[in-house]
Amino acid sequence: MEAGSPLEILVVGAGKVGWNLTRELIESGHTVRLIEQNRRRYLIVEQELERQVYYGDASELWVLERAGVQEADMVIAVTGDDEDNILICQVAREKYGVERIIARCNNPRNRPHFELLDIKPYVSATDLILRLIEHEVPRHGLIHLLDLPGERLQVIEMQIAHGSPVVGQSVRDLTMPAGSLLISVLRDGTGFVPTAQTVLEAGDEVLAVLESGVEEALTAYLQGAAGA
Amino acid sequence: MLAEGHEISCLDEDPDSLARLEVGLEHGWVESGGSFTVGQALEVDAMLAAGIERAHAFVASTDGDNTNIVIAQIARKRFNVPTVIARIMDPWRAEWYERQGMRTICPTRSAIEMLSEQVRAAEPRPGQGGE
Repeated sequence: MEAGSPLEILVVGAGKVGWNLTRELIESGHTVRLIEQNRRRYLIVEQELERQVYYGDASELWVLERAGVQEADMVIAVTGDDEDNILICQVAREKYGVERIIARCNNPRNRPHFELLDIKPYVSATDLILRLIEHEVPRHGLIHLLDLPGERLQVIEMQIAHGSPVVGQSVRDLTMPAGSLLISVLRDGTGFVPTAQTVLEAGDEVLAVLESGVEEALTAYLQGAAGA
Repeated sequence: MLAEGHEISCLDEDPDSLARLEVGLEHGWVESGGSFTVGQALEVDAMLAAGIERAHAFVASTDGDNTNIVIAQIARKRFNVPTVIARIMDPWRAEWYERQGMRTICPTRSAIEMLSEQVRAAEPRPGQGGE
């Protein structure tokens, strides 16, 4: 499968998320089929998507098969029910050999179940909003921008406070903790990739990539006594 | 199974289910040695409160196939319960998960077998047999 080539995508759940996602994916040139189990909802969506939408409970195997799960490159389960999403993705991957799955996690408390059963990636609106709040509300501390738990890597953002020991230091002189790397600096509304000569200023927001377990060392290093 | 002397812990989201358990019991469910926890099976705290860490066997028999399939896997993989059984109404889903190594009970399949057996054993109508 080449990057950018059209995919055969099966979307389960024609709620606001599923329907709009389907529209966007069709717009991008993908072949999309949508499954909805609520008859009334199905009839509404069917007026627009016609034969691209199928009626039925996608946790029933014949419903998945009727919608062509065998040929799908990707299955996206975005129903309002976490058990259904887990099961649909599990069956798609393990019974029908679908290479890529994406699941919606409605209740953040169910996250450990998605992890345990290796239903990844999963998307949780609650987590996305929390992350946005973290990003929008300035405060000292480390903000997770991207987590790659499988690879044990993450991208974080952190503000350099007044009184931080790194203020006035050039990147060349930084002694970042092992397992962390400075990748960009946001200053006065623009971001740039620092060079060895870049001097850090108070108020800078720095982005760093780091390995799991380095968070505390990095926080301590960038904040110093200012963050304690 | 309680009457056989096993220790039974029941988890249900409806507090009224306790009354159903007590139908036909001489004493209360709890007085008879059972325990009852109100909560949802997907909530790890509820599973812990119901004593899943001590269980020798776990039976997933909510009215939702997918819930049963998911919690059975949680019981097995996260809590290492040695015997896990899931009730799955849909025969196709039951068959596939059984092939993946899950112990399943499919009441639909059992009912179909029992019904077909009864039908096969049916007496021919008088005057139409013996061809």
